[in-house]
Amino acid sequence: MIPTVPRPAFAKWCYRAYVTVFFIYLALPLTVVCIFAFNNSVFPSPPWEGFTVAWFFGTEAPFIGVFHERPILRAIGTSTFVALWVSGLAVAVGTCNAFLFVRHEFKGKALLYMLMLLPLIIPGVILGISILVFSSTIANTLEDATGLWFDGLRPGLILVILGQFSFITTFATLVISARLQKFDPSLEEAALNLGATQLGAIRQITLPFLMPAILASAIVSVLMSFENFNTTLMLVGSDSPLTITMFDKLKQGSTPVLNAVSLLLIVISAVLGLFSLFFPKSKR
Amino acid sequence: MTNIESDLACRDLTKDFDGFRAVDHVSFDVPKGSFFSILGPSGCGKTTLLRMIAGFQSPSSGDLRIKGRSMIGVPPNRRPVSMVFQHLALFPTMSIGDNVGFGLRQRGVGRSEIARRVEEVLDRVGLPGVSARRTDQLSGGQKQRVAIARCMVLEPDVLLLDEPLGALDLKLREHMKVELKSLQAAFDTTFVYITHDQSEALVMSDNIAVMNQGRFEQIGAPHEVYHAPHTAFVAGFVGDANRIDARVSAVNGHFLTLTSAASTEMKVKVADNSLSVGQGVQVFLRPEAIELSKTSKSLDGDHNVSQCTVTSVLFNGANSSVIVRDAGGNMINVAMPQTGSFADLHAGDMVFTSWHPNKARCYPLARA
Amino acid sequence: MKSDASKLGFYLLLAPILLWLIVLIILPHIGLFMVSISEKVGPREFETGFGNYAAFFGEPLYWRTFARTAIMSILATALTLILGFPIAYYIAKLTRGRTKTTLFLMCMIPFWVSELVRTFGWMILLRETGVISTTLQRLGLVSGPVELLYNDAAIMVGLVYTSILFMVVPLVTTLDSLDDSLIEAGYDLGGTSSSIMREIVIPHAMPGIVSGCIVVFMLSLGNYLTPILLGGKDSLWFTGMIYTQFITRFNWELGSALGFLLLALSSAIVFLGLKLSKQSLSNTMGRT
Repeated sequence: MIPTVPRPAFAKWCYRAYVTVFFIYLALPLTVVCIFAFNNSVFPSPPWEGFTVAWFFGTEAPFIGVFHERPILRAIGTSTFVALWVSGLAVAVGTCNAFLFVRHEFKGKALLYMLMLLPLIIPGVILGISILVFSSTIANTLEDATGLWFDGLRPGLILVILGQFSFITTFATLVISARLQKFDPSLEEAALNLGATQLGAIRQITLPFLMPAILASAIVSVLMSFENFNTTLMLVGSDSPLTITMFDKLKQGSTPVLNAVSLLLIVISAVLGLFSLFFPKSKR
Repeated sequence: MTNIESDLACRDLTKDFDGFRAVDHVSFDVPKGSFFSILGPSGCGKTTLLRMIAGFQSPSSGDLRIKGRSMIGVPPNRRPVSMVFQHLALFPTMSIGDNVGFGLRQRGVGRSEIARRVEEVLDRVGLPGVSARRTDQLSGGQKQRVAIARCMVLEPDVLLLDEPLGALDLKLREHMKVELKSLQAAFDTTFVYITHDQSEALVMSDNIAVMNQGRFEQIGAPHEVYHAPHTAFVAGFVGDANRIDARVSAVNGHFLTLTSAASTEMKVKVADNSLSVGQGVQVFLRPEAIELSKTSKSLDGDHNVSQCTVTSVLFNGANSSVIVRDAGGNMINVAMPQTGSFADLHAGDMVFTSWHPNKARCYPLARA
Repeated sequence: MKSDASKLGFYLLLAPILLWLIVLIILPHIGLFMVSISEKVGPREFETGFGNYAAFFGEPLYWRTFARTAIMSILATALTLILGFPIAYYIAKLTRGRTKTTLFLMCMIPFWVSELVRTFGWMILLRETGVISTTLQRLGLVSGPVELLYNDAAIMVGLVYTSILFMVVPLVTTLDSLDDSLIEAGYDLGGTSSSIMREIVIPHAMPGIVSGCIVVFMLSLGNYLTPILLGGKDSLWFTGMIYTQFITRFNWELGSALGFLLLALSSAIVFLGLKLSKQSLSNTMGRT
């Protein structure tokens, strides 16, 4: 149970064995994905045909590496574009929300907080179709009324950004609120007392204190945006982000190029993720 | 060797943690129905000792017996001891009644029987009718009593208490000392209490063990520990004392003549003398053992008398004291007599201090 | 409100959240509902009615898939809880310092990686020409290639894998906050491992259990990738049906109705879970 309560050695051994098996289960899929990125074969499956980096740098068919595969490079660009927008918007709105929920008392606060949490419990697919239906309805109405075209309201990057933003903002709000809650308001009062203006105090005292949480939530937002599939699937237009491109390729039959992209994704997400965890701590 | 009358007996109990000895060959007996305190500074090993008795640490060597039965290898849930934790560890997810009834439920006691006994024990600790409340609806002192009731309902042979008064404010702590003592008398159960607060130990205990660096320095009744400390550590740790470093300049049977570092002389009477001329010693002198007077005449010739200057007066009601500086520059803390005759004392006044040679305790200087 | 300036500040803070929630959450869902109760009677001609819902109940394929998705999701949630709890307990209570951080990070890393990559990993492992099949043949345990993909067990493995981290993380957080001395007190008062688990540890971990279960259930119910890729084309997952109505058949009215039913089911189960465990949404979800 806990280290200070004596347990039979056999029970301890079984427990450790279970934990080990669990972590193998956890690591196995990612490990095979990484290993087969280096297999000198056109299928990402055994047998092992020898080591190659052609799936990263290759230029000759069928061994065209990630760095020369146009659609994938374009998809990475699209994903990055979307992720940066989503992250920026989510953090901006999340910071406002944090100030609203931590600093203000108002009628209906509990209700608003509940509403803010709702996107967490709405399935991503539903979020996607509801925005799709709503924006299309508006677009139809506007087009009927004006005779102009409203492409921004049709499936495409704008809708993808709005769709991802609609639920990632909740995460950003939670992370930043948690940090703001720990802030000692007397620091701000001290700044006011020393002659700072209200906005100056927030800019010079409170925001620097929040910075670790803001950065962490920005990174997490980028990660969530990059890996989002369900909401994006419903809203995507002609420019598809990376996960959608990979999904289409996977349906057609996989090649180790996908392993290579996955390996890059794993490495980048792990690095960004670790950074988001450790950055706030080093600043505390 | 084991005393049949003792509820708890430890023999050469030792606990090592990776190269660090937390408890070092500790032996003691706790007589049935007594209040036994283990007093020591933090890090002295008292918590480890208590946790070994409860079963949350297993000793590296030695034996531990409760009612004559060895507890080595017996898991905590099978030991006839109960523990009041430092932060009480009341289960926040349960009501008061469920907290107190927890142990009985584990024993498979019937529902109505549990309800009856829970009410009974809550009544005995002076909290009738609180069983339906949540733990956070009680005050600090009430929680304390619930924690004790939760253990006492199981009728343990020994109740262990791990500094439970530490989290309370001063007033409540004073009150709970008296209350704990009377609860112990009412339940007639053996209490083993650990604390770093000497006043808690002195007020409540039948016997005190003073612990330092994993060892017991002295076991005895509160007045013995206070008035006849066996070691310099005990003399310094229990109660207030002036400490003076000195050197033996003459030995005359039980009487020693000492010269302090500031070359003032004093006479000290010791019970059995193992000190020789030239040896360094530490002299401990209680503030209340020193008499103050404004003139030197009415003073006894046997006493150590010196003329001092008052450096500050510390008014603290009944515990008021005066700090004086003697001719050699030693700063000495003297209890203010309660007669009020020194109410007009001010810094800079000249006074005489005197104390009887048998009031001081004298120990060879530690080799360190 | 103290002054005009702070009142202005308050409204400036209120504007973005209202804009976000109303434009992107509330109105779209109302719109979704409106579309779901309109029936197409001709080109660009609609009539209000519950025909789409009637179609759902009239077609066994729809409601059977619906029930199947719900049951499989509940099963996946239960399985995740059973498998994840000992791990969370191990990390929270039996490790310290660096080991604890390392184990916790090892749990987090797969969560940061795209679900697509994780599912792809399972495909490489499970398919006929995959790693496990090949290994079994090498070991002589089976004579020919075995197809481990495209069945319910594969879907289950994938669902549990995808969501176990969302169970472990909140559980570790709540179990971490359980003071060891409470467990010790339980033992001291004569409790056994099972009674302490039942009476002390699980009640304390309840908010974590509920929030973990809600998130895992939501993720499973709303999952599209895992059932399609690991379960194959006939995996019969409800999100797949919604996708088909919207994208392939272009029958948005029926698709909206199906979507709304899925939303109703998930809300109902979340509500039920909160009521049964006597927790509130802000209490359980607000802490992740």
